[in-house]
Amino acid sequence: MQLVLDQQQQELRTAVRKFLADHSPPERVRAVMDGSDVTDGYDRELWRRLATELGLVGLVVPEQHGGSGAGHVERCVVAEELGRVLTPVPFLASAVLAVDTLLALDDVAAQAELLPQLASGDLVGAVAVAEPGGSWYTAATGTTASMRDGTWVLDGCKTHVVSGDVAEFVLVHARTPEGTGWFLASGDAPGLRRTPLRTLDPTRQLSRLDFAATPVRPLAGDAAAVLAAVTDRAVVALAAEQVGGMERVLEMTTEYAKVRVQFGRTIGSYQAVKHGCADMYSAVEQACSALRYAAWTADHDTAQLPLAAALAQVVVSPAYFQATADTVVLHGGIGYTWEHDAHLYYKRAKTSELLFGSGEQQRQRLADRLGI
Amino acid sequence: MTLVGQSIEEFRGTVRAWLEANVPTSTDGLAPGELLDVAKRFQAGLYDAGLAGITWPAEFGGQGHTAAEQQALDEQAARFDLPTSPFRIGMGMCGPTLLDLGTPEQKARHIRPLLRGEEIWCQLFSEPGAGSDVASLQARASRDGDAWVVNGQKVWTSGAQWSDFGALLARTDPDVPKHRGLTMFIVDMHSPGVTVRPLRDMTGRAPFNEVYFDDVRLPADAVIGEVDAGWQAAVTMLGHERVSIGGSVRQRTDPLGFAGLVELARDKGCASDPVVRGELAQLYAAERALSLFNTRLQQEAAAGSPPGARGSVAKLAGAMVLWRAVQTAGQVAGPETVAWETDDARAGELATAINATPASSIAGGTNQVQRNIIGERILGLPKEPGSDRDIPFRELKVGTQRRS
Ligand SMILES: Cc1cc2nc3c(=O)[nH]c(=O)nc-3n(C[C@H](O)[C@H](O)[C@H](O)COP(=O)(O)OP(=O)(O)OC[C@H]3O[C@@H](n4cnc5c(N)ncnc54)[C@H](O)[C@@H]3O)c2cc1C
Repeated sequence: MQLVLDQQQQELRTAVRKFLADHSPPERVRAVMDGSDVTDGYDRELWRRLATELGLVGLVVPEQHGGSGAGHVERCVVAEELGRVLTPVPFLASAVLAVDTLLALDDVAAQAELLPQLASGDLVGAVAVAEPGGSWYTAATGTTASMRDGTWVLDGCKTHVVSGDVAEFVLVHARTPEGTGWFLASGDAPGLRRTPLRTLDPTRQLSRLDFAATPVRPLAGDAAAVLAAVTDRAVVALAAEQVGGMERVLEMTTEYAKVRVQFGRTIGSYQAVKHGCADMYSAVEQACSALRYAAWTADHDTAQLPLAAALAQVVVSPAYFQATADTVVLHGGIGYTWEHDAHLYYKRAKTSELLFGSGEQQRQRLADRLGI
Repeated sequence: MTLVGQSIEEFRGTVRAWLEANVPTSTDGLAPGELLDVAKRFQAGLYDAGLAGITWPAEFGGQGHTAAEQQALDEQAARFDLPTSPFRIGMGMCGPTLLDLGTPEQKARHIRPLLRGEEIWCQLFSEPGAGSDVASLQARASRDGDAWVVNGQKVWTSGAQWSDFGALLARTDPDVPKHRGLTMFIVDMHSPGVTVRPLRDMTGRAPFNEVYFDDVRLPADAVIGEVDAGWQAAVTMLGHERVSIGGSVRQRTDPLGFAGLVELARDKGCASDPVVRGELAQLYAAERALSLFNTRLQQEAAAGSPPGARGSVAKLAGAMVLWRAVQTAGQVAGPETVAWETDDARAGELATAINATPASSIAGGTNQVQRNIIGERILGLPKEPGSDRDIPFRELKVGTQRRS
């Protein structure tokens, strides 16, 4: 078990951090968020450069499909950096969910066709699992696929689809007469209506997708196994993003605690603030450890991945929200303003915490994997 | 209308009947300006019906009743959503402080219009460099003959954008330790030299403001209490503030209230889920323990023993209950807490409430400061070392920079 980044992984982190510092400063994040800069909700130019110049989108895509054949540890390094600065790009949807789904399927043709285009950033993919009233975890399949006049069509509704409004294609988990299956729908397919949801987090888009006799292509593979594999890996990548955000809010808070003076002393000299920062630091360290372990299992011990992924989520999700809530409060009034970045992390943390399902569902998943 | 001679039961009936007939059914979707008009009309009606300022002295326009009537009114009011938020600071903080410390002339001039909602008040304490440590504030009030001239900046001033008057804390003597050189003033917010700039909070709304004072002239009779005794006045007001915030009745439709979350759980079909039930029961327990504590404080106050620093317990507990409610909401609504359909107004309100939750741990004194107050002023524990209480204000370090 290797829980420390090696030389190369550290270099990757340094390079990505530098690139994002130059190209994804807070002003840019806000411009995209407000829609004052781009109209489609993500930073296309940055996305293209992340894909082509840095090769980050296809990090876990095998070289034969145009990727760099690196591991989940490396992908988590990137997710952590993106989470640190809240870069509004469809990394979670395209470089994680869509890539992992295609890799887990047995559909060689779809892999050969789509993976290179995902890796190059030419196409954005999204994955649709959750349905209204449920969550990704409950994965209800009120959405059905059936043969009509010799072609497969989808009917039903998916929701909370990450980047579902901008994706060029969507991989949909649906019910067929023979059980569940995965289907490929084009983003502009007839009978597909995409509606952006209102979101707590202005930097992450989620959509509802309504299918009405939408023509789709069935994808080969064991649907349930694919869903399980993708969920575990996505949870780990999300945990990386969360840990990155935690590291950033910890920095913000401790920096501020060192300069803000009340009652003639820096506020960091008060135990209440100092201990708040210390608790946050301790939480970051534990979250990071759970993350590193989960990422390592994804590369080296997939038998342990389901447990490690569930563990990471239970450790990281509430810890991130707590850290951001403390960040706002430890900044006082200034932390409660729109101008300060603290709220962006607060909203991202709450969203990440509940994105795939409630805290109790996360604990139940862990309990299942522990055999209790 | 006269209420004299009514029993509590009769009074309760009067209140219920009046509220049923007069509380606006819905204020959803109204622009802030329209909301203000609705609020002012409602408050005037409430006053004219003899139901505003229940325990305030009759000679200045209050009703002169006892805490029992107040409690009866609060109980009835809890069944409605009263559009009274613009008056919260006036009724809960500035008015009671004027009653405690104001001159008869000040009370005669200000209390009645305040109670009738004709004049709105704000609290001008915090500055960029002085929040928790409000006594280190820098806004100056200099003597000019009999009058005063104010210069400086305030921040986070709730409701300043529609206020007619403010309770201003300013420095009148920089050569003495910080607590000793402050004075509280009544300031007419429409005076020349007062500039109000709204600030956006993390919910995207702009409920608070920056307020600039540029050679604003105040008459001699604007002083509340004594010159250079502003700290005592501030402590008086902050005490009222904590009781007012901690004891504020939760709106019936509060998306983070127990009642609202139970309704949400029922609608989502998860009210019988054992985990959800447990969370909701825990939330109820926290809410109820706090409201019983508030009732106890009120009864003690009625018996002549004011809450003093114990208001901090209510203020702190109120903030903590909200954090619990945020967690419960996530359990009840799951992913729909963070993303919802455009037409789902309730989900939108829940999200706004979640985004507003940190405010209750900051405004009116942060949780950390409340704990300090409880520890030091109630329990008599020593202060943290290194106090700056005895150093002349001029030599202090405040905010994020050393003063020149
Ligand atoms: C929504 C809202 C409305 C408000 N409305 C008003 C208003 O109408 N009028 C008004 O005058 N003000 C208002 N305020 C200001 C509010 O009173 C201050 O924000 C608050 O007192 C904290 O001060 P600060 O923002 O300067 O934070 P700071 O005092 O700088 O505090 C930063 C952090 O340091 C901690 N800290 C500071 N000193 C200590 C200590 N001795 N021990 C331990 N921890 C400490 C605090 O707890 C906090 O976590 C409002 C604030 C908010 C958020």
